Amino acid sequence: MSKPNVDEEIPIPPPVESEFPLSPAQVGMATFLCSEAAFFSTLVVAYLIYLGEDQTGPTPAESLSLTRAVINSAFLLGSSGTIMLAMNARKAKSLNGFSVWMFGTITLGVLFLVGTAYEWEELIYQDGLTIGRNLFGTTFYTLIGFHAFHVTLGLVLLTVITFLERAGRLSAKSEATELVSWYWHFVDAVWIVIFGVVYWMGT
Amino acid sequence: QTPEMFDPASPDAIEIRELFYLVLAITTLIFVLVGGALAYFIYRFRDPPGAPRDDSEPPQIYGSQPIEIAWTLAPTLIVLVLSLVVIRSVIAMRSEPPTEGTLRVRAVGHQWWWEFEYPEFGFTTANELVIPTSDADAPTPVYLQLESADVIHSFWVPKLAGKTDLVPAKTNRMRLEANAAGIYEGRCAEYCGTQHAKMLIRVTAVSPAEFEKWVADQQRSAAVAASVDAGRQIFMDQACANCHTIRGEPAIGKFGPDLTHLMSRHTIASGVLENNRTNLADWLTDPDQAKPGSRMPNMRLSPTEVKQLVDYLMTLE
Amino acid sequence: MAIAETGQSSAASPLVTQLHGWVTTVDHKRIGILYILMSLFFLVVGGVEALLIRLQLWVPNNTLIGPDTFNQLFTMHGTTMIFFVVMPMLSGFANYLVPLMIGCRDVAFPRLNALGFWLALFGGCILYTSYFTGDALYGLGSAPDVGWFAYAPLTSPAYARGGSVDYWILGTLVSGVGTLTFAVNLIATILTMRAPGMKLNQVPLFVWMMLVDAGLIIVAFPPLTAAQIMLLLDRYAGAHFFDTQAGGSAILWQHLFWFFGHPEVYIMALPAFGIISEIVPVFSRKVIFGYASMAAATAAIGFISLGVWAHHMFTVGLDDRLDAFFSAASFLIAVPTGIKIFNWTATLYGGRLQLRTPMLFALGFLGMFLIGGLTGIMLATVPVDWQVSDSYFLVAHFHYVLFGGSLFALMGGCYYWFPKATGKMLSETLGAWHFWLLFVGFNLLFGPMHIAGIMGMPRRVYTYEAGQGWDFWNQLSTIGAFIMGIGFLIFFINLVLSLRSGQKAGDDPWDAWTLEWATSSPPASYNFEQIPTVRSRRPLWDLKHPEDPDWKYE
Ligand code: HEO
Ligand code: HEM
Ligand SMILES: [Cu+2]
Repeated sequence: MSKPNVDEEIPIPPPVESEFPLSPAQVGMATFLCSEAAFFSTLVVAYLIYLGEDQTGPTPAESLSLTRAVINSAFLLGSSGTIMLAMNARKAKSLNGFSVWMFGTITLGVLFLVGTAYEWEELIYQDGLTIGRNLFGTTFYTLIGFHAFHVTLGLVLLTVITFLERAGRLSAKSEATELVSWYWHFVDAVWIVIFGVVYWMGT
Repeated sequence: QTPEMFDPASPDAIEIRELFYLVLAITTLIFVLVGGALAYFIYRFRDPPGAPRDDSEPPQIYGSQPIEIAWTLAPTLIVLVLSLVVIRSVIAMRSEPPTEGTLRVRAVGHQWWWEFEYPEFGFTTANELVIPTSDADAPTPVYLQLESADVIHSFWVPKLAGKTDLVPAKTNRMRLEANAAGIYEGRCAEYCGTQHAKMLIRVTAVSPAEFEKWVADQQRSAAVAASVDAGRQIFMDQACANCHTIRGEPAIGKFGPDLTHLMSRHTIASGVLENNRTNLADWLTDPDQAKPGSRMPNMRLSPTEVKQLVDYLMTLE
Repeated sequence: MAIAETGQSSAASPLVTQLHGWVTTVDHKRIGILYILMSLFFLVVGGVEALLIRLQLWVPNNTLIGPDTFNQLFTMHGTTMIFFVVMPMLSGFANYLVPLMIGCRDVAFPRLNALGFWLALFGGCILYTSYFTGDALYGLGSAPDVGWFAYAPLTSPAYARGGSVDYWILGTLVSGVGTLTFAVNLIATILTMRAPGMKLNQVPLFVWMMLVDAGLIIVAFPPLTAAQIMLLLDRYAGAHFFDTQAGGSAILWQHLFWFFGHPEVYIMALPAFGIISEIVPVFSRKVIFGYASMAAATAAIGFISLGVWAHHMFTVGLDDRLDAFFSAASFLIAVPTGIKIFNWTATLYGGRLQLRTPMLFALGFLGMFLIGGLTGIMLATVPVDWQVSDSYFLVAHFHYVLFGGSLFALMGGCYYWFPKATGKMLSETLGAWHFWLLFVGFNLLFGPMHIAGIMGMPRRVYTYEAGQGWDFWNQLSTIGAFIMGIGFLIFFINLVLSLRSGQKAGDDPWDAWTLEWATSSPPASYNFEQIPTVRSRRPLWDLKHPEDPDWKYE
């Protein structure tokens, strides 16, 4: 197909400004996050349905530690704050401020993952809770696992976006950084639900 | 041939039929009205073929609030009434718990046959459910306790009741009642694997007196006749005994149907074959002939063994 | 307005270059066409499967097709028709039309759009490789045989040994992810890229209904994805979601599946409603009756359809109150659906109906969908459902709404927009033959199924005994199926012949009113030389009737 010719013959007028308050990318991200919310809701519902249905232990009360969950939550919630600061710095055109806060966010995210890994290690080797052990194990690892998977994905995105910003590869108008921060806030929000449902109710 | 669900033999099935007639009437009326308007408009307003081309546009009608409100309210009223009727009849048909002294049968769905246990009488049979008839004035319904041994099945005898699923790890209840003696045919109605098509049900309703006699017969242990000892021996030595029960004998398998009174049943293989010598022999020779994929294995019996086994089975009256 | 430089004129470029152009395209119109081609391909596959099913049921105790093959056939037929025929066809139409209808140059995320298509196609390929590599119990090459809703525990490793179920899971999961990207894209496009002046309550009804449709996809598909992942974890990681031996629940699968499954049937119906809402006014030469209530009804349908899923589970033995609730909710959906039927019918009133092929299909749709909707009401009457659920009556219901409804509308859409996409008209003669064969065949095929179902014939049986009064109705059905097969054959002939030597279409062959007819046929890759400014719901009407423009009345 000879599309290039077309472009030469008829200059394409500039794109039309939309009256809608959000940009296409923002709407896209918001819709995507809605679908993610539907996904996590399903896992949460499955967790709730099977809560307390087990004949064999360990139960959440026996194996989960609220203290550890609180510490872990602090990491993740804190990272929502730092990424906000990073976005502010970016708006103020302070690349260094941005980088520092992004680094803080990534560190907190990694700490959260380490915390999760530590928790799982204990659950598996001390409490003998595996995905096949009972319904709690089945629903717990699926829910927490998918959340941790999203955190991991977010960390990759955060790292990439920070490097791109530092390398000057993103224009000032680029929405990518902003959208990645939306995603990160979403992952955080999911965690709050998980904390309430799994750790607060469970222990 | 009247469809079975329109020729019911139990109060519940009759009530369903009445309800069916009601929605059928309502929907037919709607169909006639809406479909009629549609057909009339098409006929009335179509561009007559062959007429000279007319490029003027007809008057544009953008809508009409009163009309639109009217045709929102009318259906709303109809569905409101329907909802109330449904709620009433669901409650009437489902909620009544079995009182003391009613007959209960535990019906368990297996791939691809039915197990019927009569806990009060202490015996189990298969595929053909026998119940006493119930007088419409003084009803004595049978309560089925529906369970599944493997996947989901559904118990459906159109003349007697609607269907109810048999779900593993769940116990469902169902009321079964027949106002007249007879054989009522039914089938599994939830896809349950290879031989779903050949998982038939026969409900035999007999008078209470006959039912008592039947129960007494079933409660007896299996017949033991010396003349068929060879077949009996094969049954106990081969894997037959691992899967089938013959009460009073060493055979206590639970995987297949109870055979204690096999010959009291009219069919074998869950209603697929008539229960006679030829079919029994064919079935033992190769179950896959009649029911490919059946959970009963081909036992690779010699013709003599088959004959001896059938001789034995034929004594299990 | 016409722009000479289009896809056609580059015929000189070698085939490889052309193919390369199609494979790497990110143009929404080409992606739309690719979706539709994929759908037509799978329509043939799913249709052949259906014909085989009908052949086997021609006479009682038929031995043409064994149980295993038969069970695979209806599973593949249902899965194919829903996930790989109707879904891609509606994605195709939406992709092709939405940017043209709202006056923009492409969708919001063209590359994501291409990804969505390839995922959908890839999903179909995964499903069908099961025929070659699925090493199930029965040896090499075994398609899934668990039905299109794959109820647990039939899908657990104990009952579905081998890999064939995994092909079902992965195929539908991958294409589902593709569908999600499609919906994300569509919502962003419709919300943010409308032509200047086009308010959200001025978009063509097709666009509005696709917006609601995409919203439903966003809410309904992820739960299916989650359920499928749970099933995979059950099958391969030892999890117990649906494992009834370890406390898991077979009913959870049903809830999750139908929470997707019921909105899914409306996801397949709304685009059809949209197409009808475009075709009926144009061929009646009238504005749609009650645009606003039409739009509101669409939103209501989208909303209510999220709350009726358990009407697929009336025989499961749920709580009475649940059954009553879901029954009432299902009835309720008749109200907004009725509004639509009434509005379309009212649009005919006082019009000048031109019975061209698109209109024939639209009118066929109205009749068939009405019947299917009303049988849906019977099914939602709980005790009646206890009798007719899982019988051929149900099979008749959903073919009337899915085939007589969705697919008839999509066929009408093919006739309506083919001239836009190719610059050629489809033959009216062959089109009329196509329609009438389909219409007669359809009713002969699925009408008798109502009766077979009421006579007690369950669905998904590979054979049946004689003497139950089913034989005659099954034979009618099989005859109807083959008549319909001929109809489709004519359709494909029509496509090929008209593409080669059809009449030239011109920009606006139907004298229509929405923006896609304002550009050339086929449109240039950038759609519009100049982005139009919109003041009403029928921009081209305003253009054609400056003395009596629509915006005066809105
Ligand atoms: C396009 C797809 C589509 C559509 C639009 C519908 C529409 C409806 N469906 Fe259907 N369905 C669809 C596809 C399916 N349905 C199914 C199964 C199914 C079942 C389960 C049966 C069972 O498993 O036992 C029920 C109860 C319904 C009910 C309804 C109702 C109430 C509507 C309503 O939305 C219809 C509303 C329309 C009406 C009513 C006509 C117009 C209204 C007028 C004229 C107003 C006046 C009317 C009244 C006041 C009543 N459906 C299955 C089976 C899945 C499977 O098991 O494999 C499929 C695929
Ligand atoms: C050539 C036209 C068609 C014919 C002859 C046909 C025939 C059939 C038959 C006979 C069955 C029932 C199989 C059984 O229960 O044993 C069936 C099932 C089904 N059909 Fe069709 N059909 C056709 C087109 C369609 C279309 C266009 C769709 C969807 C848009 C569709 C969707 C389905 C679905 C979802 C099932 C259920 C599959 C299952 O039970 O898992 N069919 N079809
Ligand atoms: Cu539904």
